[in-house]
Amino acid sequence: MTVSDTATSDNPHQPGTDDPLVVLDHVDKHFGDLHVLRDINVSIRRGEVVVVIGPSGSGKSTLCRTINRLETIDGGTISLNGVPLPEEGKELAALRAEVGMVFQSFNLFAHKTILENVTLGLTKVRKTPKKSADEAAMRQLKRVGVAEQAGKYPAQLSGGQQQRVAIARALAMEPQLMLFDEPTSALDPEMIKEVLDVMVGLAKPEQGEPMTMVVVTHEMGFARTAADRVLFMADGQIVEENTPEEFFTNPRSDRAKDFLGKILKH
Amino acid sequence: MELVLSNFDLYLSAFRLTIGLFLVSAVGSLLLGTLLAAMRVGPIAFMSKAATVYITVVRNTPLLIIFVFVIIGLPKLGILFRSVEELGISSFFFRACLALTLYTSTFVAEAIRSGINAVPLGQAEAARAIGLTFGGTMTQVVLPQAFRATVPPLASVFIALLKNTSVAYAFGILEATARMKYFTNISGNDLPIFLIFAAGYVVLVEIISFGANRLERRWRVAR
Repeated sequence: MTVSDTATSDNPHQPGTDDPLVVLDHVDKHFGDLHVLRDINVSIRRGEVVVVIGPSGSGKSTLCRTINRLETIDGGTISLNGVPLPEEGKELAALRAEVGMVFQSFNLFAHKTILENVTLGLTKVRKTPKKSADEAAMRQLKRVGVAEQAGKYPAQLSGGQQQRVAIARALAMEPQLMLFDEPTSALDPEMIKEVLDVMVGLAKPEQGEPMTMVVVTHEMGFARTAADRVLFMADGQIVEENTPEEFFTNPRSDRAKDFLGKILKH
Repeated sequence: MELVLSNFDLYLSAFRLTIGLFLVSAVGSLLLGTLLAAMRVGPIAFMSKAATVYITVVRNTPLLIIFVFVIIGLPKLGILFRSVEELGISSFFFRACLALTLYTSTFVAEAIRSGINAVPLGQAEAARAIGLTFGGTMTQVVLPQAFRATVPPLASVFIALLKNTSVAYAFGILEATARMKYFTNISGNDLPIFLIFAAGYVVLVEIISFGANRLERRWRVAR
């Protein structure tokens, strides 16, 4: 990453290029009889932060998981850097290393220490020597503010700390794209902020380029401060697509009005 | 009783052979069993099917018949294990270990598979998400956690294995049970001889149980 761009004062998210990083083209998916994704067409530019919201069962998590092929699709194509996602195998594994993922339930490796959780991908996938992997991992742990927990096991950390470690684990791979699948939904309220702060730091860094992010979340505050675009999903379709400001103040579809009415009422 | 005590070296060497059969077969079946379990849960349908068929056929065959197949059947098919003998290892000992390994590995595989199923799916997903291949996901993330959940059932499998080594007695291998038979044949008084050999087995089984308990406790702390 270069730190050459100084024109970040007005709109730090205006991507410099319009070549898309991720393109979903007519994507379809079924779970048995359930049509979870219906003709999804999305293009995500480099450096863009896209928030996906919608009622539960709308397919938003599934959409997020198809991008690194943790879920397969039945129709259409998904491509990263213009290359369609490969079939299961070495090639797909190599591609997943370029896409960081943060899960709702953290999924830290329970039998490894915090440091080992972050270095595993570096040493086994990137083949980084142990010493520099340790250094890189400590840098990321510092960045998310849990460096002093490096020697502990996941179960010894709070939920908020675990989720920050999970973010560090994904960042250590220096991914081109980060996927967040409801990263704060399993957290106690007082821990949500520490995780969102880290995520805002990625979306609007004080220096360097913003991370390209797809975030499935119900955190409207995060969407307003950090997102470039909001996708509203319902029944497996993208019903509405707008800037967060427009979407929250002036939703067009009835589904979105109904949904926002339910979640913003208290 | 006195007969055994005055020939205690024979008693010990017989149990040494029992332990030898056990250790070689335990390591062999742990390796083969882990491989079978990985094949069974793996993404390649053909491998999964092959492992399932192997486990079904071998697990449901009496151990004695597997011994007959390996010790009598294989040589008739021209497999004579000459290269093993060239290494200075008794081919009978090797074949007994092979039979025990083939048989026990199916139980090991099923125990490990239950351990794999006990590891939350999210662990494997997180491993795949950082770019590990199926092999890396298994060896780095899933199996180390699966083994923990597998210790109690594996201890049972290995206790059974230790006692199953006595089947080798029927094929001229002088392990503990064969030696017991030797003593009872020349002595009139069977019961004390039987008891002292039973005690040997009990001691060995207790060692396995003790080791399993230690492992279980150590791994429980480390997480």
